[in-house]
Amino acid sequence: MKNWMQLLLLFTSISATSALLASGGMEEGGGAMPVVSNAKWAAECSSCHMLYHPGLLPERSWRKMMLGLDKHFGENASLDAATQKEITAFLALNSADKQDNRRAKRINQSIPANSTPLRITETRYFTDKHDEVSANTFKRKSIGSASNCAACHKNAEKGNFSESQIKIPR
Amino acid sequence: MRKSMLIIGLLLSFKTFAATPQELLKQYEAQAKQEHSAFAGFSAEKGATFFKTERLHSDGKKVSCATCHTADPRNQGKTRANKVIEPMAPIVNPKRFTDRAKVEKWFGRNCRDVLERACTAQEKGDYVAYMLSIQ
Repeated sequence: MKNWMQLLLLFTSISATSALLASGGMEEGGGAMPVVSNAKWAAECSSCHMLYHPGLLPERSWRKMMLGLDKHFGENASLDAATQKEITAFLALNSADKQDNRRAKRINQSIPANSTPLRITETRYFTDKHDEVSANTFKRKSIGSASNCAACHKNAEKGNFSESQIKIPR
Repeated sequence: MRKSMLIIGLLLSFKTFAATPQELLKQYEAQAKQEHSAFAGFSAEKGATFFKTERLHSDGKKVSCATCHTADPRNQGKTRANKVIEPMAPIVNPKRFTDRAKVEKWFGRNCRDVLERACTAQEKGDYVAYMLSIQ
């Protein structure tokens, strides 16, 4: 009887651990966001800047952004109607408020319901996570600005912002 | 056999999107003639001036094509968001001006960013002529 109980306990803990590992919950802040892909998104959204994972902003933010591409952070990034529509649908489907990923959920939770940020760097999640990084560090030539995630998070384009992968360049 | 048919088929389907810079110039020439009946051909020299001339944008900053592409089109440029732009000159980057849709997309965006208006066919043709003249 005692052996049976021990076995059950062992099984429960193994499955609980693997579930945690699978969800990325063992690491602080959650593991990598799920791999998502869309050829047009990958090509169009990375020609001027790094490719931002859709899980970094809620659906309303992406929709607003995609409707203002003619004035995209001061630049004209207009797309033809079909491409614009396809990318919007892809971003919406994989946005922070549609993700089961812990980091995406936290980003979403850090944004007040009445605000629609277009800059990831303006979300409270971002500012809290980067409060120890000085403005001067972000301005380093090797980084450029806070919007260049990939300068320090080498797998940022894959949605991986794990603490263990951070390396701040000189 | 089947494989080669597939490759031929693929090549044929790409043909609709692909173009040579000369074909592109022909199209701009036809448009330029419509815009100005006195069209007198494209000029690499005018294209060079166009590329380098800075103008004051309404946001207060001075901009030109060269701001991002650098003054030498054989060099890599950099976007404002720190991403590398491959060289514009076909002599070092033969893929340039071989995809009409791509060329039109970027003229469409960048003319508005630099000139705050669309470019004319004359300007586009001069620009392409300049890029092709670079050795």
